[in-house]
Amino acid sequence: MPPIPGSGLAKGLAVTLRTMTRKTVTAQYPDVQPELPPRTRGVIGLFEENCTVCMLCARECPDWCIYIDSHKETVPPAAPGGRERSRNVLDRFAIDFSLCMYCGICIEVCPFDALFWSPEFEYAETDIHELTHERDKLREWMWTVPEPPALDPHAEEPKEIAAARKAVEKAAAQAAAEAQAAAQAQAQGEAQEDQQ
Amino acid sequence: MNDALDVAVRLLIVFGVFLVLPLVVGQTEHKVMAHMQGRLGPMYAGGFHGWAQLVADGVKFAQKEDVVPKDADRRIFQLAPAVALLPYLLVLVAIPIGPSEGAVGQVVDAGIFFVLAVMGVGVLGSLMAGWASANKFSLLGGLRTAAQLLAYELPMLLAAASVAMAAGTVSLPGILNAFEWWWLPWQIIGALVFFVAGLAELQRPPFDMPVADSEIIFGAYTEYTGLRFALFLLAEYAGIVVLCGLTTVLFLGGWHGPFGADGLGWVWTLLKTAVLAFVVIWLRVSYPRLREDQLQKLAWTTLVPLALAQIALTGIVKVAIQ
Repeated sequence: MPPIPGSGLAKGLAVTLRTMTRKTVTAQYPDVQPELPPRTRGVIGLFEENCTVCMLCARECPDWCIYIDSHKETVPPAAPGGRERSRNVLDRFAIDFSLCMYCGICIEVCPFDALFWSPEFEYAETDIHELTHERDKLREWMWTVPEPPALDPHAEEPKEIAAARKAVEKAAAQAAAEAQAAAQAQAQGEAQEDQQ
Repeated sequence: MNDALDVAVRLLIVFGVFLVLPLVVGQTEHKVMAHMQGRLGPMYAGGFHGWAQLVADGVKFAQKEDVVPKDADRRIFQLAPAVALLPYLLVLVAIPIGPSEGAVGQVVDAGIFFVLAVMGVGVLGSLMAGWASANKFSLLGGLRTAAQLLAYELPMLLAAASVAMAAGTVSLPGILNAFEWWWLPWQIIGALVFFVAGLAELQRPPFDMPVADSEIIFGAYTEYTGLRFALFLLAEYAGIVVLCGLTTVLFLGGWHGPFGADGLGWVWTLLKTAVLAFVVIWLRVSYPRLREDQLQKLAWTTLVPLALAQIALTGIVKVAIQ
């Protein structure tokens, strides 16, 4: 059946009218904060208590935008007669966000979980030099890092939990086996007594 | 003395309406268009949902420099916005909004003639602007305006003539006094022709070829800035008010309504006008611009025959019921 003449015109009017009754998509940003998805790459926060100054992040950074200074300190022996230990102490940790390309490699590569993505994004500056943020600022951003999102239903359990559970199961199985062996030994002993 | 006061008050009221209603239509257009496109539109000016956006625009326009091109025909160039705007004010004087004597600025005996003739003058403003600007885009826009005026004035007049025939009078209150509800289906073709032709005469989308920004920048208004430009824009919205008011009076029965016709006639008129103004905005959002040749074709091969058919129908029914 050929379309009724003018049906296209009516359809056009219907589309605009329907759109008018729907909710608008405009984001009123400065008045209303956007609802960001989990794992949003806003800014990089530094959990400096975890940092061991291994420099892996600075070396892996494709833009060379991470600056780290440190010095070595000697720690007295923990027990009397022990050996002195030396450790690195962080002096400066800065990220130049005018160079950073938000690839997240530093966060991936950090073996001690000292770097995190934060959804905070309102840190524009009027001078490009002010985009180099030092450790105190990076530490402040740590407070804005959200909890890791919950696992999907039926997801594989996290490695740490799996290992712990396995260890517990193993210990329980061992304990059960020992108990069984002991019970068997006891039962055998009773049987021998009966025969005599 | 009393007469002079009466006239002054009437003119003041009409002038107030002339200043307020176009702005209301403009603001409605901002918001309706935005929501039809899934946006919010102006939200800040005035604090509450951007109600003062057009006031802010007006202040901005008033601050701008008034530039006249070097080679322009100075006097004509400066006069054009007034010529575009004032006719609509004059038309508004003659449109009755209620049945009583006080509900019309001035009763004009040959109302339809007066209204249509004066409305035609408004287009002259665009022509003057186009010619006087000494700019090829302006000239092209002006000529397109002229062609559009020629094409669409004819069906508009024919459609209005059909109503005059039906009522047996050319006075606007006279037509409304003779109005019966069954005129609505009887004159529906004429109403559509009149409304569409009126849209084209106002150069409203989808008939905005004379100001097609992708082709000729802003047509006849290309060289205008500041307040004069604002006056042209105001003329467009005043034109919408006048066209919708006229369509209401001629075809939709003006102050007649299903109930409450006695005291609240003017509410009916305003309501119908508002609905028509919404339709004008709705059409703008929904349809793409007609090409120049499509524009002419629509007028000459569709609207003119339809208007003639309406006149024939009006004549036949008129003779039959006598």
